[in-house]
Amino acid sequence: MRRYAVRKATALGATLLFVSVLVFLVVRILPGDPAALIMGTEGSPEATARLREALGLNRPLAVQYVEWLAGAVRGDLGRSIQYDLPVGQLILTRLPVTLPLAVLAATFMLVVAVPLGVYAATHHRRPGDYVAMIVSQLGISIPQFWSGLLLILFFSVTLGWVRSGGFDGWSAGVWPALRSLLLPAVALGFFQAAVLVRATRSAVLDVLREDYVRTARAKGLHGGRVVLKHAFRNALIPIVTVAGLQLGQLVAGAIVLESVFALPGLGRLALGAIGARDLPVVQGVALFVAAAIVVINFAVDLAYGLLDPRIRFESS
Amino acid sequence: MTRRRPLRHVTFTLGAAITLALIATAVLSLVYTPADPLAMSITGRLQGPSGPHPFGTDHFGRDVLSRVMTGAVTSIAVGVIAVGIGAGAGMLLGLLSGYVGGWTDEILMRLVDAVQGFPAILSALLFTAVFSPGMLVSMVAIGIAFVPAFARLTRGSVLELREREFVVAARALGGRDARLVLRHILPNSLPPLVVQATTSFPVAILAEAALAYLGLGAQPPHPSWGLMLKEAQNFLSLNPWFAVFPGGAIALTVLGLNFLGDGLRDLLDPKTA
Repeated sequence: MRRYAVRKATALGATLLFVSVLVFLVVRILPGDPAALIMGTEGSPEATARLREALGLNRPLAVQYVEWLAGAVRGDLGRSIQYDLPVGQLILTRLPVTLPLAVLAATFMLVVAVPLGVYAATHHRRPGDYVAMIVSQLGISIPQFWSGLLLILFFSVTLGWVRSGGFDGWSAGVWPALRSLLLPAVALGFFQAAVLVRATRSAVLDVLREDYVRTARAKGLHGGRVVLKHAFRNALIPIVTVAGLQLGQLVAGAIVLESVFALPGLGRLALGAIGARDLPVVQGVALFVAAAIVVINFAVDLAYGLLDPRIRFESS
Repeated sequence: MTRRRPLRHVTFTLGAAITLALIATAVLSLVYTPADPLAMSITGRLQGPSGPHPFGTDHFGRDVLSRVMTGAVTSIAVGVIAVGIGAGAGMLLGLLSGYVGGWTDEILMRLVDAVQGFPAILSALLFTAVFSPGMLVSMVAIGIAFVPAFARLTRGSVLELREREFVVAARALGGRDARLVLRHILPNSLPPLVVQATTSFPVAILAEAALAYLGLGAQPPHPSWGLMLKEAQNFLSLNPWFAVFPGGAIALTVLGLNFLGDGLRDLLDPKTA
């Protein structure tokens, strides 16, 4: 396991390096001159030149990249032009919105999808299976932001139970904060759960057809025990694969739902920064989110090794 | 083994019907819409469904049915081009990675892992920071998000096919690399890629709607389903129907395409036959 982990960690390092290069290149090479972009049409040539000097844009690109990366590794992502605050600090203040939203949605996804998928598989081609599949098919087809809008329409406009959006922060109390995050988390988690239900169902179905499951049944083991002890554990690899991929999607989805529910999270920070041509913030958020997704994928890879000894051996 | 009849397959038939209806709507909207999708009317704003406006009107008094119809063109165009970009770039990377192997493989695969960190929304945010937002940005951003899946699938097939007898034989006969790849390896790795493309298409349509909703995709007054939902959100209490129809169009389209993809996979996969 250790060799497997070391190999994976080396790959993670290389991948993160590529992530940083991609983010840097998009912002620095494609447009030509970030200083002109920040100044816009109002900027005089002298002011643009001064800004270029201040941002260190006169030096060779490679030097700029290394300095930017060295800063990023220490947590220094530059300074926001719009807020005149360190980008790292801005990200940290917005994280308590995006992270709990993603965690809540992930919890909702797992709690709904895994039991439902196992149920559908063990009730294959019976009414319960069909109902589960229809619900998941609908869930996959409904865009998250539309289900968010429909939830607002129903629970807030029609019933008036909850606010249609906004977030007062955790200092105003845990319960009000959770209440603000509940509808977006459900809208986000429902879509992801729909995908995971199908993956769970087909993984468990595959395993239930194996000989060793038949053997376990033949030797008289109770049905529930066969499913949980023999089938589910072996079905976990495809389930974890999909769940891992879903986690990355969840982070992306959180960005959209923040806009639907007017939540001051990372996504809204980046969207606001685009309007204000605040390049360091866009760059910082992109680097942070992409790195987070890559790290999640790495954790999923490690989980494979834990779940399936064959994977550890093959790769070493 | 009896041949399965596609039309007997309920999911496939339903999916094909919805997809054909979508394409027909898009084609029809190019030559005919009940009203001009861009024509505004001060007096007829935010109306519910009625005879002259079956889907109601929006905040500028434009006919929502006509705009939903025209929006189908946007969805299809962005979907097709985004999947094309993802498939093209992904296949190229996968072919190189799998065929050349060694360090090239290692480096390209780490690049693919890195690209996996950029969902369409993140790429679109980055691109929009430096270019102006528009359909091109959303096509490219969504396409990039598809690259890893296509690259991995292609690489997997190439690794397997490279060692197969017919490829080894072709090489022994003096076939050059380009010929081996184009003539022998690529055609044989296509079937799973076709399935991947089919399942990517509805994902692209959802992503296009999300980007347009965030203001990172199609720009007003261009009709796009996501953009219409963004506009509808401000008038939820005045005319909830405005938010219902474009969203319903997205859901129905994606449902149809998913059915079609599932049906195709069922029909093509001998395991489930």
